Amino acid sequence: MSAVETATARVVRPVGARPARAQPRRTAWIRRAPLLPALVFLIVVTQLPFVATLVISFMNWNALYPDQVRFTGVDNYRTVLTDAALRASIVTTVELTVSVVLVSLLLGLLIALLLDRVFLGRGLVRTMLIAPFLVVPVASALLWKHALFNPVYGLFNGVLTDVWHLFGANSPPQPDWITQSPKAAVVTALVWQWTPFMMLILLAGLQSRPAEAFEAATVDGASAWQTFRYITLPHLRRYLELGALLGSIYVVQNFDAVFTITSGGLGTANLPYTIYQTFYQAHDYGRASAAGVVVVIGTIIIATFALRVVSSLFREEAKR
Amino acid sequence: MTAVATTPTTAAPATNRPNRARRRANALWGLVAWLVGIVFFLPVAWMVLTSLHSEADAGTNPPKFTAPLTLDGYREFFGATTGASPWPPLINSATASIASTLLVLALAIPAAYALAIKPVRKWTDVLFFFLSTKMLPAVAALLPIYLIAQKLGLLDNIWLMVILYTSMNLPIAVWMMHSFLAEVLICFIFSWNELLFARVLTATVAQTAPVFLTSFVTSQGLFLAKVCAAATAISLPVLAAGFAAQDKLVQGLSLGAVK
Repeated sequence: MSAVETATARVVRPVGARPARAQPRRTAWIRRAPLLPALVFLIVVTQLPFVATLVISFMNWNALYPDQVRFTGVDNYRTVLTDAALRASIVTTVELTVSVVLVSLLLGLLIALLLDRVFLGRGLVRTMLIAPFLVVPVASALLWKHALFNPVYGLFNGVLTDVWHLFGANSPPQPDWITQSPKAAVVTALVWQWTPFMMLILLAGLQSRPAEAFEAATVDGASAWQTFRYITLPHLRRYLELGALLGSIYVVQNFDAVFTITSGGLGTANLPYTIYQTFYQAHDYGRASAAGVVVVIGTIIIATFALRVVSSLFREEAKR
Repeated sequence: MTAVATTPTTAAPATNRPNRARRRANALWGLVAWLVGIVFFLPVAWMVLTSLHSEADAGTNPPKFTAPLTLDGYREFFGATTGASPWPPLINSATASIASTLLVLALAIPAAYALAIKPVRKWTDVLFFFLSTKMLPAVAALLPIYLIAQKLGLLDNIWLMVILYTSMNLPIAVWMMHSFLAEVLICFIFSWNELLFARVLTATVAQTAPVFLTSFVTSQGLFLAKVCAAATAISLPVLAAGFAAQDKLVQGLSLGAVK
């Protein structure tokens, strides 16, 4: 926890640290009072459980053997980091996060560039594109698993049958999408969900571009690619970073898609799912907590970068 | 860029032609945008269409796009044959979403006031502390919360979810109270959508809509139209809220960094 705070403090210092004049103690507390309920609530509900997690992670505690609860030092961490299944789930988490974020960022950029142009029905197209993000995540996972990917009655294989029949062929390929490429199936469903998010952030970035630079470039006869490469892309850089980091924070924690589409089977179990399973099915509280701490450390590393990006955007905002 | 700058501007007399070319290019790219939009919308459209088909028509291969429409799936969703009413989970989700949003507001408005209107010392540090709690993975806090809830007899109680959802959304709310109308919406959506905590911490009484949704998948018999009907019905509030305030979405989701 303190790592986040120190990282935070380091990020923050240049932004706001204005040496305040010494205030009389009482007025200082009156000023602080409205802040306290939120602060206390948040510390109690989000920070204390983490402390508990940290403590439990050093204990041998399996709910099925309540008489064997005791401290074991770093045993759980040794298990977490050496257990093949858990290690695999760390790798899976990284794979899922990186591929989902990169693909949806790229698609989001292309779509944002398309939507940045004026054409008939732009508002409607934008509305259609936002729809995937607004479908409840479990609903979307169920939709992909049963209505689209299902080998027998899913839409994909149904369309394959239609297309093959159209050309008079009788045995259309009917791949079992989820079994044959489980990770790609999960990634596809998540990319479908996250592309609109990236698109919205990047579109906001595109529409905040300074118009003068464009006019200058057009007058100078710059090609579309040159304008994109030397004006648009540098301007979008921080929006791309922001999209990537926020996307990573949300996708790292993804539970719904893995839980619904594959139930963590076929090598798709990511860390949140594995922790859920260790705790919910294996009842091994100690090991689940140690895995939780590992996730926290991983997220702190990402979060440090994320905070830096957000704070730099804020500084920009303040300058205007 | 310098190489480009030296190119003479010859286009002056023939302004008409580039304009027409540009218009054609715009129409072409507009068409591409339409195609992409349709591709992304297709699964949603398919979900809604399938939800209006009978189970027999929903489970065919090749798909029957023009099968007669029926509300049977929705009747099933409302418990026509099973008698399982969706209202308790829906009401639970609404309770958790609305109550947690109200609680967020009650806590965040004074906090935002202290941070923005009459800034306390080191207010940015406090602000970033709020934000940093949002970035810590919730799953790591699941177990202690489960144990505490068990001790306090709060398991399967929707008010536990209200408290947890409040803590999940409070950082964002404090962070961007300036335009808190958007925030209200995002908090609602996040609470409405949440599955992991609801799945572990609620059962039959406090079950929320996403948990209820997963129960439509059975190992026996056909369930596709039912699942699609349930998925559509449960997504409707979010779709409606999101479409109504598209512009505010980015702001809420990016924690206010993008305006």
